[in-house]
Amino acid sequence: MRKFIFLIYICLFVFNWGKAWSLIEVDITRGNLNPLPLAVSPLSVDQNSKEKFKDLLKLEDIGVEISKVVENNLRQSGLFNPLDPKAFLQKPDIAHVKPRFEDWALIKAQALITGEVKIVDEKLRVEFRLWDVLAGKEIMALAFTTVSENWRRVGHIITDKVYQRLTGEKGYFDTRIIYVAEEGLKTSRIKKLAIMDQDGFNTKYLTLGNELVLTPRFNPTNQMVTYLSYFKNLPRVYLLDIETGIQEVVGDFPGMTFAPRFSPDGKKIIMSFAKDGNSDIYTMDLESREVEKITNHPSIDTSPSYSPDGKYICFNSDRSGYQQIYVMRSDGSKVKRISFGNGLYGTPVWSPRGDLIAFTKLHKGKFYIGVMRTDGTGERLLTENYYQEAPSWSPNGRVLIFYRETKSDSAGKGFSAKLWSIDLTGYNERMVKTETDASDPSWSSLLTD
Amino acid sequence: MTNNIIISSALHLLLIIITALSLPFLAKKPIDLPPIVSIELIQITDKTSIPYAPKAKKIIEEIKKKEKEKLVSEQAPPKKVKKEKPDAIPLPDQQKNIVKKPEEDKQNPEKIDDEIKQVSEFEKKELFDPNNIAALIDKSKEETAEMIKSDNKVTQSQRKSVISSGLTLNEEDALKAQIFGCWSIPLGLPYNENLLVRIKLNLKPDGTIINSEILDHARMNKPGQGFYKVLAESALRAIRLCQPLRVPTTGYERWKEIQLNFDAREMLQG
Repeated sequence: MRKFIFLIYICLFVFNWGKAWSLIEVDITRGNLNPLPLAVSPLSVDQNSKEKFKDLLKLEDIGVEISKVVENNLRQSGLFNPLDPKAFLQKPDIAHVKPRFEDWALIKAQALITGEVKIVDEKLRVEFRLWDVLAGKEIMALAFTTVSENWRRVGHIITDKVYQRLTGEKGYFDTRIIYVAEEGLKTSRIKKLAIMDQDGFNTKYLTLGNELVLTPRFNPTNQMVTYLSYFKNLPRVYLLDIETGIQEVVGDFPGMTFAPRFSPDGKKIIMSFAKDGNSDIYTMDLESREVEKITNHPSIDTSPSYSPDGKYICFNSDRSGYQQIYVMRSDGSKVKRISFGNGLYGTPVWSPRGDLIAFTKLHKGKFYIGVMRTDGTGERLLTENYYQEAPSWSPNGRVLIFYRETKSDSAGKGFSAKLWSIDLTGYNERMVKTETDASDPSWSSLLTD
Repeated sequence: MTNNIIISSALHLLLIIITALSLPFLAKKPIDLPPIVSIELIQITDKTSIPYAPKAKKIIEEIKKKEKEKLVSEQAPPKKVKKEKPDAIPLPDQQKNIVKKPEEDKQNPEKIDDEIKQVSEFEKKELFDPNNIAALIDKSKEETAEMIKSDNKVTQSQRKSVISSGLTLNEEDALKAQIFGCWSIPLGLPYNENLLVRIKLNLKPDGTIINSEILDHARMNKPGQGFYKVLAESALRAIRLCQPLRVPTTGYERWKEIQLNFDAREMLQG
């Protein structure tokens, strides 16, 4: 009995002791979404390399130029706030070797990017480091060697690496955008296929503008483009090899084909084929040229887009009487309507992350770009305008690019079409620079992993 | 016959028990607690977190004693003790002592305000003099009712908070609000993964950090745990940026070790 009482005492003692010294826990479930302040120190260049780059690239200081690319990318992302280089206290060459963290903390930088550019065997060699200013330590260091002309891409790759290290998701900066470049009055537009870096530089035109072109889309390797053009006055889906410039009509359909897109493995093209007022969704295998009918319904089914795993397809259809978004299995079975809001829904695009579907919505005369989950819940409208459509996802599924048109007078004057981007928060909306007016953008996947 | 009645009663009883147990259970919806709104608060908790008035009285008296001792040892002239009249609301005799003392301590006006406020709250709630009910009747009934209701609420939640976390609601809110401001959430993280970063801190009395330790440190360098690493680093940045942390002015032993659980899911889900 005594033992038993003693045991109880012991238990009580242990229990109370534990309680008295239990660790205080505080749950932090919220934070701020302000852009992270960081410093992009100009990359240091030794005098010899500087002179050589000046001759090769006609650039005064290649280190400064590359850091500008990085800075601009980070600012555009809306997640970072690159600080003004005028406030930097430390010289780039010393900062790259041993930063004085107190100086960088003084200007409120939480991260620091430093680097060095050299010319090695007539090639550009860039080394960069990412520092955690508050922890006072290096958190990433990488080096690249490439041909000098690729210096802008080096800036994009650095941004991707920094972005991934600090946000946890892959970047989208070393990518290209294909779009339809437009010139002239609205009534007589010249439309050409154009390709550029995601920041609007290095624009190249892929077609001459003789024929109308629409809805270009990259394949997963970014080597091929499928788009809509006119063949014998009939809209048809085309395939273009960017490297060789060879074009071909996809399939031998006795009618018009439109809204093409590649499958995630790049082996098939999915598109709409219209005949006698009814359009259905078809796929064509690019190797065997076999055609398969996916939907079979006496309504207009169009704008198909695969899920990233290739198992599902989202598309829009007016089978309910109004244009709405539907999801089905990739063999055409189990069709399910997912949009139920007021208004018309179109151009659904499955996110590369697989969790969301972006769409254009027309409601009470206004156009919206929005996203919803793949089961149709959680609809969020990100932006509203007079006319905007055709969203395309960045490869990390965080940003959407689309185009927006302004009103024109009866003669077609005052009209403009520009590319815009918006991130999933809906706050970071920016116009994307293009040489001419632009529409129908499509984002490539990352050029380097 | 008797058997039938017994069986019938037993079955009825069973039915009643089943109904009583199961129906409210079925009807019960998951409790959806609204998030605690955090606001900037002035630290008065060492005075207001006292759960019971009689205990509070003792504690306040102890504080007074200590402060009195301090005053004597530092500079306080004894003359000021004379003033005895409390403020507007009448007090029981014991309470008068408490009120008069703060007025002595003129070096620290803020504290005095708190204490006066504290005393007047107690007197409203529990320690009022029955002889002075007439004075209280002048106040509108609703106002009084509301005040008592809300006061009770605070006391309850504070008690709960003291028991569960060791910090009062005010203290916890002040600390949370500070870290909310410092923590830049990495927006690229997936919201459907279990990403909870637990950081144990050893603190100095002024809230500066002696050292910080990530409790699941092994997870930091595991392959495929890149998101966890990013979140953990952002949490560490937040703590460093915030220091010195807004910790209570008293009870250092209680919070010299503290654990912060960083969970961004709510924010990332939008």
